[in-house]
Amino acid sequence: MYRLIESILIPVMALLLSLLVFSVFIMLSGSNALEVLATIYRGAFGSWFSWQNTLVRAAPLMLTALCTALPARIGLINIGGEGAMVVGGLCAAVVGISMNGMSPMVVMSAMVITGMLTAGCWVAMIGALKHYRNVNETISSLLLNYIAIAIMSFLILGPMRDPATLNNPSSFPIGEANMIGNIGESSIHWGLVFGLVVCIALWFLMRRTSFGFAVDMTGGNIRAAQISGLGVGKLIIITCFLAGAATGIAGVIEVAAVHGRANLSLNSGYGYAGILVAFLARHNPLAIIPVAILMGGIRASSGLLQRGFDLPDATTLVLQGIIFIVILASESLYGRIKWLRPMAVRHG
Amino acid sequence: MVEADPGYAGVLIAVLGGAIRVGTPFLFVSLGECLTEKSGRINLGLEANLIMGAMSGYGVAYLSGSAWLGVLVAGLTGVVLGLIHALLCQQDKVNDIAVGIAMMLFGTGLAFYLGKPFIQPVAPRLPSIELGAWSDSPVLRAALEINALFVVGVILAPLMAWFFRYARWGLLVRTVGESRDAALAMGINVNRVRLYATMGGGFLAGVGGSFLSLYYPGSWNEGLSSGQGLMAVALVIFARWNPVYCLYASLLFGGAAALGPALQSVGITWGYYLFNAAPYVLTLGIMIATSSRKQRFAGMPGEMSNI
Amino acid sequence: MSEQKLNAGRRKALKTLSALSATGLLGSFVPGAWASAKKVKMGFIYVGPRDDYGYNQAHFEGKSSLSNLDWVKTFDEENVPETIEVVKSMESMINLDDAQVLFPTSFGYFDPHILKVAKKYPDVMFLHCGGLWDEKKHPKNVGSYFGYIDEPVYLAGVVAGHMSKSGKLGYIAAIPIPQVLRNINSFTLGARSVNPDITTNVVFTGGWANPVKEAEAANSMADQGIDVLTCHVDSPKVVVQTAEKRGIYSCGYHTDQSVLAPKGFLTGAEWNWSKVYADYAEMIKSGKKIPNLIRGGLKEGVVKPSPYGKAVTAKAKSDADAVLKKFMNGSMVVYKGPIKDNTGKTVIPEGKAYTQTDIWLESMDWLVEGVIGTTKG
Repeated sequence: MYRLIESILIPVMALLLSLLVFSVFIMLSGSNALEVLATIYRGAFGSWFSWQNTLVRAAPLMLTALCTALPARIGLINIGGEGAMVVGGLCAAVVGISMNGMSPMVVMSAMVITGMLTAGCWVAMIGALKHYRNVNETISSLLLNYIAIAIMSFLILGPMRDPATLNNPSSFPIGEANMIGNIGESSIHWGLVFGLVVCIALWFLMRRTSFGFAVDMTGGNIRAAQISGLGVGKLIIITCFLAGAATGIAGVIEVAAVHGRANLSLNSGYGYAGILVAFLARHNPLAIIPVAILMGGIRASSGLLQRGFDLPDATTLVLQGIIFIVILASESLYGRIKWLRPMAVRHG
Repeated sequence: MVEADPGYAGVLIAVLGGAIRVGTPFLFVSLGECLTEKSGRINLGLEANLIMGAMSGYGVAYLSGSAWLGVLVAGLTGVVLGLIHALLCQQDKVNDIAVGIAMMLFGTGLAFYLGKPFIQPVAPRLPSIELGAWSDSPVLRAALEINALFVVGVILAPLMAWFFRYARWGLLVRTVGESRDAALAMGINVNRVRLYATMGGGFLAGVGGSFLSLYYPGSWNEGLSSGQGLMAVALVIFARWNPVYCLYASLLFGGAAALGPALQSVGITWGYYLFNAAPYVLTLGIMIATSSRKQRFAGMPGEMSNI
Repeated sequence: MSEQKLNAGRRKALKTLSALSATGLLGSFVPGAWASAKKVKMGFIYVGPRDDYGYNQAHFEGKSSLSNLDWVKTFDEENVPETIEVVKSMESMINLDDAQVLFPTSFGYFDPHILKVAKKYPDVMFLHCGGLWDEKKHPKNVGSYFGYIDEPVYLAGVVAGHMSKSGKLGYIAAIPIPQVLRNINSFTLGARSVNPDITTNVVFTGGWANPVKEAEAANSMADQGIDVLTCHVDSPKVVVQTAEKRGIYSCGYHTDQSVLAPKGFLTGAEWNWSKVYADYAEMIKSGKKIPNLIRGGLKEGVVKPSPYGKAVTAKAKSDADAVLKKFMNGSMVVYKGPIKDNTGKTVIPEGKAYTQTDIWLESMDWLVEGVIGTTKG
């Protein structure tokens, strides 16, 4: 009970504190902080329209956050989400294009599976390099992002390019029939459902199965895990694979639900934004859902801020940065809030 | 026969010049990171120092008319960012890599936010030193037209190596980086040493940023850094935590970045995406080849072995 | 920030809030907000920062010039990627700010994003910068506008051809897409109309904004004896400044960069969006039907050359002015056969001419004879 109260109270307090810091920043730069905050709220959650805007942005963040969150549970800091998303989307597009004409259900499934497999292997490579060669995973994942983007640029401007796309170089289309549509009448694509399902499934795996227990144990103390006979190498590689597979879906969604082809917009920063979401969610797949929605909301409100207050686009970057820093600082509070303790005892 | 084929000699000179021009920011950030990591802490947020340094340096140089004042302010901005990083990291259970990523987001956002008014104006540039004045070749003269900051960096690298080896403070930093527990047992204030090391590293990275905006390419805009600050962190591993190797690695990276455009300008036009990715592939390859599961790198601070 | 501006900001905010709230509770506080309903509301979306000294700034300046028309209300968003985010930005401008006309200015916004949103909002006009609209394929409430900027680029080529001593020109470009290739070709054709032996080296940097690579390319080109540089990247600032530092000539692009290179700046190609946007506003106000396709070059005033720099010789000026005159009276055709590409193949045979409006030119995938470079990655 104590831990539950704590795990809700601390982030909420941290969030309020970061809003306060942000307000001071806004006031110093000459705008009315209350109005700015109200606008952020309205732009993110104020109406059904805003909610749709938020959820569409949250969907890829849920998936890319897993790319950092899962490896973090086993003790690896992976920032390779951007590259994994590019790889997954690119490979899925290749499959979609070459299977065009077959039954849409088959094509869609093949694309999702390809995206998961390729991106999964891409990130598993980071885990394997760490385990077998002791290559720092943060650096290697960063380098692999650059490499993935270079490969994508080469393919999309070269062999995969559809000349009809003229000044917006893209691959050939996967075909209208093979596109993943929107949920019902809303303007939210099915990517959101993928995000929710994958987060919940991975939460179950991590928190309710012996596999998840072994991962957490390894993350807590790798020596102890080795001594107790866990196959640490296998665990690391599987965890990284799952992380990459989840992120690969985000790439597939970009191709199959947004663009209908692969193009350079596959590299649009969702992978990097996912790092932030993962840390704010403290690497808990279930907590990623609300955090991704919050971040999606902040990003959704950027337009209103620009139009309403003449604030630059970077305003929401500053806000995200402040939230990130304050939440990280609040990590040290866990288990140290004294007045919460007696309450915990009272309630058992 | 240079006369008969000026193109390929030109490529060599362009790569040499590029190594110095493009390599200098890498040099400063990697020296800064080296100092921080020697104290046992990793600072991924130096990308933010670089960008904030570039912005604040340019802004101050423009407002004051003095490029050197800009460099100083850029360094001080880096100190402040380093201070925030260090204070956050010394809290319990706070992960330094995560703090670095957070600082990167915050610093980048802040630089873009505050930097809007400085995109248009032209600030004074840092002066350059004509090392190639002896040569008749304008090409060579241009390649050897170097910036005083590069000279500072070149002197700083061996100085820093000396500092780690012989200076009392250097030993202190290394002890803290080697083993926190041992340092504590010796009565060293670990947090304070790391605080100073992170602030010092932040200063150098900030100066590196001012080189970008005040000398080369020599203006402030939001696309100025393409991840040089992050790559410098990889460079330090590449350089085995040795400041002198940081110098070589920075020059190598600068040269590699200059190779692509140089080859294209003499008409070798195939595969420029591959050339653009070359530095990253090279780094990854060398990291894989030289890492080992069994033992840690020579020169690697003991406290870093768990990262 | 002045009190007045602050109030304006507050009013805008309150209005936004009132539009947002379903009950309209807040609306009663700002009766003035509804009085502005008669205004022409135009929304602008840029892919990069508003002030990049280049492509996006040119649009932003065009938008800003509308502020002296008190019956126009404009709003804009910067750094909007070509993903679902632009879909949401457009919808948000329509739903929350009652935008009547949208100007999503990046090429990649068109397919599928604008096409998708346009179907959903048939009463809103979507005007895309890029000249892609096709009567047969695209909805009626979508339109395109674009300028033949390769005309002033050709003029810059003429001036460069006169000014170059080494006969070697340099072009720093982002990626090999038709628009970029057309500029490179026009520049080279312009220069070779003066001196048929001139060559143009091309360096593709691989991205729209990569200042370090652009500076590196400029330096290595200067090392190679190239003495006139120009570029097609989002922000030409770095290239023009580096050329100045190396003591060689430069031609600008997108906006006027002459102040950046007081010694070596020759001329440049600029957009003139102020005119285009003002024309659109006028059409909407008077209730005229907006044409779906507006394209023009120097003659129509959509693009313009930058003023000549100090270094430009009288001969170069008079020659370029003569070509400008031909552009202005419509007798100038840039792509007139025979034209060979740089692999020796004849792409436009003798006697064949493609005028600017010819759609064939929009899919250009070759480089003209005299260009050193390739369109393959």
